[in-house]
Amino acid sequence: MATVKEFRNEVRPNWCPGCGDYAVQAAIQRSLGSLNLEPEQVAVISGIGCSGRISGYINAYGFHGVHGRSLPLAQGVKLANRDLTVIAAGGDGDGFGIGMGHFMHAARRNMNITYIVMDNQIYGLTKGQHSPTSAFGFKAKTTPAGNIENAVSPLQIALAAGVTYLAQGFSHDVNQLTELITKGIQHKGFSLINVFSPCVTYNKVNTYEWYKEHIVPLDQFPEYDPTNKKAATTKVIETDGLCTGLIYEDNDRPAFEDLIPGYQPTPVADLDIHITQDQFEKFMSEFA
Amino acid sequence: MHMLQELSWKVGGQQGEGIDSTGKTFATSLNRMGYFIYSYRHFSSRIKGGHTNDRVRISTVRKNSLADELDILLAFDQETINLNAHELREGGIVIADSKFSPVLPDNVAQNVHLYSIPFTKLAEENGAAIMKNMVALGTSAYVMGLSPDFCAPVIQNMFGRKSQKIVDQNMAAIRAGFDAMSGQNADFSSFQLAPATPDHHLLMIGNEAVAFGALSAGARVMPAYPITPASDIMEYLIKKLPSVGGVVVQTEDEIAALNMTIGAAYGGTRALTATSGPGLALMMEAMGLAGMTETPVVIIDTQRGGPSTGLPTKHEQSDMFAALFGNHGEIPKVVLTPSTPEECFYATVDAFNYAEKYQCPVIILTDLALSLASQSVTPFDYNYVEIDRGNLATPEALAAVEPGKMFKRYERTEDGISPRVFPGQKGGIHHVTGVEHNEIGRPDEATNNHIKMMDKRLNKFADIELPGSISYNGDNDPEVLVVGVGSSVGAIDEAVTRLRNQGIKVGHAQVKVLSPFPAKSLQEYMNRAERVIVAESNATGQLFHLMQLHGLQHKAMTSFLKYDGTPFMPKEVEAHLKGAVPAWQQ
Repeated sequence: MATVKEFRNEVRPNWCPGCGDYAVQAAIQRSLGSLNLEPEQVAVISGIGCSGRISGYINAYGFHGVHGRSLPLAQGVKLANRDLTVIAAGGDGDGFGIGMGHFMHAARRNMNITYIVMDNQIYGLTKGQHSPTSAFGFKAKTTPAGNIENAVSPLQIALAAGVTYLAQGFSHDVNQLTELITKGIQHKGFSLINVFSPCVTYNKVNTYEWYKEHIVPLDQFPEYDPTNKKAATTKVIETDGLCTGLIYEDNDRPAFEDLIPGYQPTPVADLDIHITQDQFEKFMSEFA
Repeated sequence: MHMLQELSWKVGGQQGEGIDSTGKTFATSLNRMGYFIYSYRHFSSRIKGGHTNDRVRISTVRKNSLADELDILLAFDQETINLNAHELREGGIVIADSKFSPVLPDNVAQNVHLYSIPFTKLAEENGAAIMKNMVALGTSAYVMGLSPDFCAPVIQNMFGRKSQKIVDQNMAAIRAGFDAMSGQNADFSSFQLAPATPDHHLLMIGNEAVAFGALSAGARVMPAYPITPASDIMEYLIKKLPSVGGVVVQTEDEIAALNMTIGAAYGGTRALTATSGPGLALMMEAMGLAGMTETPVVIIDTQRGGPSTGLPTKHEQSDMFAALFGNHGEIPKVVLTPSTPEECFYATVDAFNYAEKYQCPVIILTDLALSLASQSVTPFDYNYVEIDRGNLATPEALAAVEPGKMFKRYERTEDGISPRVFPGQKGGIHHVTGVEHNEIGRPDEATNNHIKMMDKRLNKFADIELPGSISYNGDNDPEVLVVGVGSSVGAIDEAVTRLRNQGIKVGHAQVKVLSPFPAKSLQEYMNRAERVIVAESNATGQLFHLMQLHGLQHKAMTSFLKYDGTPFMPKEVEAHLKGAVPAWQQ
C-alpha cells in the first residue's frame, strides 16, 4: 500500500523559498498517502501560474493544461474513468479570474472531483499584478493607485453555485489542510478547498503574519453546523471570507456521475466500444 | 403520357407553423417509396414568426443538390408566394390557403397558375385548423399522381401512439385536400411523377451521419455547447449514448467543451465535440493544447455564415483557414471535408482512427448545407467500421518501467508517434503539459529539445496523403477542371454532366482532405486541364489560396466564389463554366 513517500517525486519545485504552495503539496501527498490509493489511481490536473506546476510535483498521473481550464479538463478525465481520484488545482487567478465560469459550473455540476485553490491574492508568475481576490485598495503593479475593484468572495460564489463540500485552509497549518483535503476527496461530489497560500515575493500585505492575525478558525464555534447552508453563508459573510475549517457539506445530493442515464459502474474507458451489427442495423433503421 | 423523372416542391409559411414537419412528412414518405430526396430548409434565427420554407427535390435517381427550378409551391401566407413564386418554372403551380386571398406577384414565369384551396377551413371541418398542413399534402398528392395514402405509414408513426382518432383525422384531412384538388378539374399531367424503382435508402442530414459515425466508431464522451447548425449532433448522441454507457455533457461554453474532450481522451475514451464558427474560435487555445500534448480529439465544425455571428442559419464555407491556421503556434492536425452524408459517416469513423493513430486533433469540416440538408443515402457498411486505437503501450513495456521512473509518453520514435498510456495503468505514470517538454513530459525549454519535439510532432504527416483525399470524375483531358469542397459536390457534378452532354470536356475534383493537403494528386489533375476553376462558398477564395500556399500552379486558374448565404445551384455552376458572370458578381 502506498504511503506519503510514494506520492513524492524527485522534482524540485520552482517555487520561491517560503512559498505557501509547498505546504499544499505536502498536504496533498499526505492526504493521498492516507487514503489507501496507489499513485496510478490518482490524476492531478492543474492550470497555469506558479501553483499550476503542482501536477508535476506529485508522483501520480499529472496534466498541466492551459490557463483557467483545469476544471473542464479534470471533469473530462473523471467522465472517462470514474474510478480515478481526480484532483484539480491552481491559483486564484486561474480559478477565480480566467476560470471563474468553469468554477461555478463545476460546482453546480457536482462531479466527484476535488478542487484545491492556492489563493495568494496576487499574480505571482507574471510578477505581481492584482488578482480577483486582491482586496479593494490593494496596491500592485497593475493597481499603482490601489485596487478600485472589489475582491470576489470565492466562498460565497461556491455556496451560491451549489457546492456540496466547501472548506478553507491555510498553508501554515498543514495538519488541518491535510484533513480538509482528505475529507474533500472522500466527499461524493464536487469539493472546493480554498487555501490561503501566501506569496512571499509579491504580496507584502497578505503575509503569513497577516493571515495568522486575521483568520477565524471555525473550531472556536462549537455550535457551528456545517450542514446548514444558511449558517455557512452567514459565517462566511461575518468573517469577511476569512474563516478556516470545514464550512459546508451536503452529503445528500448524488454526484453527477450517479445521475447520468445509462452510465455504468465500469469506467467508460474500460468498456468495449464496438457496437454489434444488430445494434448498428437497429440504429440505422431509424433513418428509413 | 410523359412522366417526370424528378420534381421540385416547396412548402412555405411562418416559423412555428409546422412547415418543417410538413416537409419532413412529405420527404420521408417519398423516400420510403424509393424516390431520392434532397431537401433544404430556409429558416431564421428565431422560433416563432418569420418566413421559413422547405424545398424538396424528388427524383427517380440520386441527386445531391437542389433543382434549379420549382414545379410546385405550397403557401400558407402571401409572403411565401411573394418570396418564392419567381422560382417556379413556366407552367408551375402555387397552391395556397384561400384564407388569405392569395394573389400571384408580377415576377412569375409564364403560365404559372394559382390554386386557392381552403386549407384551414377543410382542416377545421376534419378536426382542427392545425391539420392544414395535411390538407396541403393531400393537394400535392393529387397533383403529382400519388395515392392520398402515400404518407399513411409516416402519419401512423407520428400519431399512432397518441390515438388512432388523431391518425384518422389527419388522414381525412389529407383526403380532403386531395378531393379539393381533384375538384379543380385542371390538367396536372405535367406534374405526374414516374414511379420509383424500389430501392432501400435512408433519409438523413449530415449531422446525423456524423453523430451515427461517432457512435459506431466508439466515441463515448461528448462535451459540447449548443450552436446552430451543429446542435443535432449532440441531440442525437444524447439519445443514443446512454444505451452504450456513454455520455453527452452540455458544457458552459466551447472552451470547456474542448478542454473536457481533451480530458476524456487523455482519460482513455474516444471523445468528440461539435460546434460552428464562433465556437471553433473559442476552442483554438485548447486545440493547441491537444496538438502540444498529442491528445487525440475529434472536433466537428459545421460551417455557417461568418464573420462573428454572421448568418447563423445560412450556408458558407469560410472556416477553412480558421480550422487550418486558427490556433497559435504550430501543431499537426487532420482536417477532413466530406461532401455527402455517406462521406460524413465514413469520415467520422476515419477521424477517430486518425486521431489515435497520429495523436493529434482531427477536425471534420462540414458546411450548413451538408449538415442540415435531408438526403437519401445508401445504407452504411457495418464492415467498414474498424477501430484502431493506435500505438498503445504494451503490458511488457509498462512492466519494464523501473520503480520510481516515469514512462516515456513522448519517446522520440522514427515516425514521431509515441506509445500512449491512460491514467489508472500501473507503470505508466508520466507528466503532460502544454509547456514544451521532454520524453517523460517534464517541462524542458532547451533550444535543441524544442527543435526535436517540434519536428517529432510536425513530421507525422511528412509526405502522407490520406486515402480518398480527392474524388475525380469527368474527362481525362478537360478544357475546364472544377475544384470544389464540401456540399457543392452535387451542384458541380450536375453542371459538369450537362456540359459534357453538350460536348464540352470537363473534369471535377472534389477535395476531401485539407490537411495533410493532397497537393501532389491535385497538381496532377490540374496538369491535364486547360483551365482550372476553384468553386467555394466564401468571399476570399480560401481553398484557392490554400492551393497556392501548397505550391500548386496553373497558367489559367481562377476563383468562383459565392457568399450570399445560399449553396451553389447547378445552373449557376453551369453558367460560370460557360463564362457567364453570376448575378451576385455583376
